[in-house]
Amino acid sequence: MKTYDAIVVGAGHNGLTTAAFLAKAGLDVVCVEKNDYIGGAAVSRNLHEDWIYSNCSYVCSLLRPEIFRALELHRHDLQVTPFGGSLTFMQNGDYYGSYHDPDVAYRERARFSRRDADAYERYRSDTMRQCRIIRDFLLSTPPDPTSFRPKDLLGLMQVGRKFLEVGEDRIYESIRFWTMSVAEYLDEYFETDVIKAAMSGSGIIGTALGIHSPGTAYVLLHHYMGDVDGNVGSWGFARGGMGAVSNAIAGAFRSYGGELRTEAGVDKIIVRNGRAQGVGLENGDELAADIIVSAMDVKRTFLNCMDSSDLDEKFRTRIENFKIRGSSGKLNIALDGLPTFPALPAGNSLMISDMHFIDSMERMERAYDDWKAGTWSRDPYIDMVMPTTVDPTMAPPGKHFMSCFIQYCPHKLEGRDWTDPEREAFAQTVIDQIANYSPDFKDLIVHYEVRTPADIEAEIGITEGNIFHGELTMDQLLFNRPVPGYAQYRAPVAGLYLCGSSTHPGGGVMAAPGANAAREILADLKRPNTVPENFGDD
Amino acid sequence: MTDGYDAIVVGAGHNGLVCSALLAKAGKKVLVLEANERVGGAAITREFADGYAVSACAHLLYQLQPKVRKELGLSLRLAGGAMQTVALSPDRQHVRYAGDAVSGVANADVRSYRQFHGQMARFANLLNTHLNSAPPRLGTRHYSDLAKLARLGFDLRRLGRDEMRTFLRLIGINIHDEVTERFENPLLRGALSLDAVLGTHLGPRSPNTIMTYLYRLAAGHGRLSAPQGGMGSLAEELAQAARGAGVTIRTGMPVKRIIVENGRVAGVETNSGERFESMTVVSNADPKRTIMELVGTRHVETGFTRRINNIRMRGNAAKLHLALERLPAFAGLAKAEYGDRLVVAPDEHYVERAFNPAKYGESSPQPVMEITFPSVRDPALAPGGKHVMSCIVQYAPYALAGGWTDAAREAFTRACIETMGRYAPDLESCVTATELLTPVDIEREFHITGGHWHHGELALDQFMFVRPVCGAAQYRMPLDGLYLCGAGAHPGGGISGAAGRNAAMFILKEQSA
Amino acid sequence: MSAREVPQGRLHTPFYPRMVALDRLNAWHTWKGYTVPDALYCADTEYFAIRNSTGVFDLTPMTKYRIAGPDALVYIDRLVTRDMTKIRPGRVAYAVWCNDAGQVIDDGTIFHLQDGEYRLCSQERHCAWLMDAALGLDVTITDETADVAALAVQGPTSFAILKRMGIEGLGELKPFGLMHVEFEGCALMISRTGFTGDLGYELWMDPESAGQIWDRLFAAGEISGIRAIGTDALELARIEAGYIMAYIDFLPAHATVRTGRTRSPLELGLDWLVDFKKPNFNGRRALAEENRSGSSWRLVKLDIEGNKPANHAYIFADAKGRRNIGFVTSAAWSPVCKQNIALGTVRMPHGAPGSQLWVEIFYQREMHWSRVMARAEVVDKPFWFPTRRGLTPPELV
Repeated sequence: MKTYDAIVVGAGHNGLTTAAFLAKAGLDVVCVEKNDYIGGAAVSRNLHEDWIYSNCSYVCSLLRPEIFRALELHRHDLQVTPFGGSLTFMQNGDYYGSYHDPDVAYRERARFSRRDADAYERYRSDTMRQCRIIRDFLLSTPPDPTSFRPKDLLGLMQVGRKFLEVGEDRIYESIRFWTMSVAEYLDEYFETDVIKAAMSGSGIIGTALGIHSPGTAYVLLHHYMGDVDGNVGSWGFARGGMGAVSNAIAGAFRSYGGELRTEAGVDKIIVRNGRAQGVGLENGDELAADIIVSAMDVKRTFLNCMDSSDLDEKFRTRIENFKIRGSSGKLNIALDGLPTFPALPAGNSLMISDMHFIDSMERMERAYDDWKAGTWSRDPYIDMVMPTTVDPTMAPPGKHFMSCFIQYCPHKLEGRDWTDPEREAFAQTVIDQIANYSPDFKDLIVHYEVRTPADIEAEIGITEGNIFHGELTMDQLLFNRPVPGYAQYRAPVAGLYLCGSSTHPGGGVMAAPGANAAREILADLKRPNTVPENFGDD
Repeated sequence: MTDGYDAIVVGAGHNGLVCSALLAKAGKKVLVLEANERVGGAAITREFADGYAVSACAHLLYQLQPKVRKELGLSLRLAGGAMQTVALSPDRQHVRYAGDAVSGVANADVRSYRQFHGQMARFANLLNTHLNSAPPRLGTRHYSDLAKLARLGFDLRRLGRDEMRTFLRLIGINIHDEVTERFENPLLRGALSLDAVLGTHLGPRSPNTIMTYLYRLAAGHGRLSAPQGGMGSLAEELAQAARGAGVTIRTGMPVKRIIVENGRVAGVETNSGERFESMTVVSNADPKRTIMELVGTRHVETGFTRRINNIRMRGNAAKLHLALERLPAFAGLAKAEYGDRLVVAPDEHYVERAFNPAKYGESSPQPVMEITFPSVRDPALAPGGKHVMSCIVQYAPYALAGGWTDAAREAFTRACIETMGRYAPDLESCVTATELLTPVDIEREFHITGGHWHHGELALDQFMFVRPVCGAAQYRMPLDGLYLCGAGAHPGGGISGAAGRNAAMFILKEQSA
Repeated sequence: MSAREVPQGRLHTPFYPRMVALDRLNAWHTWKGYTVPDALYCADTEYFAIRNSTGVFDLTPMTKYRIAGPDALVYIDRLVTRDMTKIRPGRVAYAVWCNDAGQVIDDGTIFHLQDGEYRLCSQERHCAWLMDAALGLDVTITDETADVAALAVQGPTSFAILKRMGIEGLGELKPFGLMHVEFEGCALMISRTGFTGDLGYELWMDPESAGQIWDRLFAAGEISGIRAIGTDALELARIEAGYIMAYIDFLPAHATVRTGRTRSPLELGLDWLVDFKKPNFNGRRALAEENRSGSSWRLVKLDIEGNKPANHAYIFADAKGRRNIGFVTSAAWSPVCKQNIALGTVRMPHGAPGSQLWVEIFYQREMHWSRVMARAEVVDKPFWFPTRRGLTPPELV
């Protein structure tokens, strides 16, 4: 049995990131992956002829530039190209576009309301202010407010000082922002329904909450805090699909001497004498190491891959109560050509934007009501992109790949498993909604892949197929993530660490949890830190 | 102009009365002006049909702050003894709970409930300490603010590490998740969900509903009672205490505006044109009404105006009053239990489904209800042998699409009676008169914007440090001489008296400094 | 509603064809979505037109709002910090408006068109704030940016040119006065205002009549050296006049993210615009508090030794550069004053008029960079303030 310095369980982008930083520090690291491909939910799959599918995550903006740089991902062929704008088709034949060009964007908003066009300025700076607060914490470990250790007290004092610096009024604004619903937050700025509807999507993507649920304003940040070359909140496509991100991190990992093993699903994390000692693989092999790092979500880690006797009962209950709900699905489509959208004038730049088909706050919320009732949304919120309008490498010339992210889609239908006809019906719901705005769309479809949360769970391994590895609600953020008292990447078993999106700062292809975990592990090993600090003042 | 007063309180709601009494006790010359003919605001008993009287708005007492009761020496004659909650079951398997005890559920639930209630009560105690004074300002370096914050931090840590963690996790989440994790019995889950969402624009799945539940428990752990003679008698007693302390109370005097001269408050003017001078005006009216109507936006700044205008106060709770020929026969309900609080909320999903339409300006086709028969404990409220029923019914949104027309009222009343009919099939035959007070009626009768019983949604973004709005949480408005003392200010609504008492304390402290 | 595509590129003002006809440089940039020239022939020539003859600048992209209704005066008086009850119809006021925290949102000019009706003219857009300020008041706010074309006609010969053009009664128009005339069938509003610190006027008209008025103006100005000018010339003139610019010398409060980056009017040297005798206006409480406890920053006008423009320079309290107290926001070599001038922001209590500061200037000569610590004196008055600017009637030259 080979003994490593560290075993990382799961070769998703976070697992690979931890593995890479540990290997960079000179550790002998193996990263094990159950599938025969790496990447977890950041993958490029060749699922139909010459089409490449980003079949889970589909856009790239949150990936921390500090990590990109520290791991020299450009040397491993990662290239992120920004794309512009977003588009919302309206039922009355009109559309609302959020253009990349600020002057055109202003005119478009002013077409609906001058007030809204001007209010956007204040909205942008107010939201950015909140973004800056959270961004400073992305590449750091949250302090434990219940602890009296000097490190935690210092961390808390730093938070306190930061708040003193921003000033009284802005502290109140932050309290409100962090607790209110995205709908109410937008109501304070805008009057036009379609403008609010178009912006509110970012508050609910990936969550089991509706736009009226308190706490969803915060989720906006998880979509605004990314940056592609300093342009905050803008989104980009990874050339070659999202797998390019994982492959690049894996490339860095290998270049530091790390070992990757695919088709090596972990059956069990081995604990002896209160210490994690290794992992048992599904094929019966065992690997030993003093450091075991799980990139799996916390439920899978603790409830599926560990003996209950190895865990304190209270901790186990907290993990059982951890909220990780399937609320989104995907439909990945290979197209024979570019669909046309008659509402959009020919040549409009929004043809390469993020497209949406829900034009009112009421429709947004009703989509959630369906989910609450245990079914997929009959009139879903779809976030649709065609990376091939920007990236020539993902489909044959003239052909296109379309990624549809669908909110809401439950893990189980009214408590029972999905059947194939139901999966098909779900796909048709999505196709029909798009076809309402694109008459030639259906005829262009040459292949599609349906992904309900159950499918995502089965393939990627994320409990309930939740894209963030756990809801991004206040009770599961910062020092509460994944559960209170265990937000510092250490599991309650010595030698066992967490590095997946269940940990701070949460989901999205950000790689911050992976980097933060590596920093904590290296600190415990008293090894030099290889994890970068945030750039600061952005 | 008449003689000046040290302070004028606009509105004789229970908070206004508490505030005025405490100011007067400290030696201030105080005038209270009430628009209605009687004191009490939403704490009032009145006839709605010949010989039938009810507490027209608030009908149960569970939040009155002990400090208010003690400081004003209230005797509080209660109608009957302890009251329990009966969660009605369509198949007679009712669940009953009071304090930390529950019956009609499996043993596991009994244990879970005791544990749940104990934990919630501890958290409620913590919360209550901080409901009884003005919240500290944040980000300042003033000693008193820092001391209060330190106290909050200390109280949190005193919970113990585990409990503190639980508290920090729970405060933002929803009641739905908690009750589904803890309890098997759907009636218990439903009733507790209802407790959390009464009076709000939230459903059990909405994050924030643990906080509203704790708020309900804060002052008395949810112990229920009803004053003898209805809520109006509490108001009368408060008025008596105020008068006893030297307060002048004038009813039937709607205030038209708060007079502002040279950038500060100078008094008030009534609808009849009478003017009263005072350098201190304390408004028991809701913040929107106070600023947008009584003061006028021209006298305050734009950012503040915008914040006030943005306060969410969308009332959803309606009152339904029924005059009854006789008590209807609720299946499986013991005679003695007609004096208890009955709730219709068969499970948490039902409550959520009732909430859904409210988001779109529609009323619930199957409402959730809190039902009482006040005349069972207090026979004087109805003619001999007859009874009154007082219900809080949700959700009846203030901004109903199409408005609260007669047809809409009729439909909602029907929905309520039919819903109750599932538990008491003979109900309809007992009814001799009905009155439905929608949030629109509550606004009209009690002058509360949006008919919202908290004078502003009780949500974390409108709570504590940011209630009613950022930068004005300490009762003092950004207009010299103007204060709030109503439910719109910290901590919020319910018959608690905390806002009135805290405001009085704050004003006295500020004016002695 | 049928789908409509908003203009995707840059907009053109009604004067654009006239400017294109005069343009020799093809140097344009964007201002609030409109294409405007940096310069048309030569920035220096254009600058000297302002100071020596007349420069004509297309002001159309300036944001313009009409504020009308029974509460218009109450509204505008609460909006801005100065006392607007003193601004009679036919007068114009330079004003600044703040948020509740007393931080400047923007500055601009307010034209009292007639009783109950104002035009507010500013660089930035404020529809949302202006409408919030209207809550509870009987007043309507209309954005009329695209409905009004405007030209600044600035320089010592501007009066003579407009008179020659046939505008009557202009001689009596005092600084900050406005008049309405009918010119060849076109309604024309003329105000004696400007952004150059010199004698000058601004012409406000229907976009339909813009071409006609331009043509008549240039015909009348030909013998008086009239020139269309671009932003470069205007920028130099406004620094000489000591005027501040949004996004350069201060940041609009609503669009600013970081704490401490906004400024109050007291910090921008605009205390003369703040009237604490008014019982209420936006920002009053915060500004009164600032007035009691002291400001954090001060805007300074600097007369710097030497001739190296001090753009982007740090300001120090000492020659050794140990105490960094602020930075320069605008700087230029002034051709008319032959002074090296700058506007800057420094921490209080530094920068009292007459005091001496040090500016760290980096300059490049033939690729190589050099650094000097230059002595700078804080001056009180605008660098350029010619007598002709205030004369009524102006000299006919």
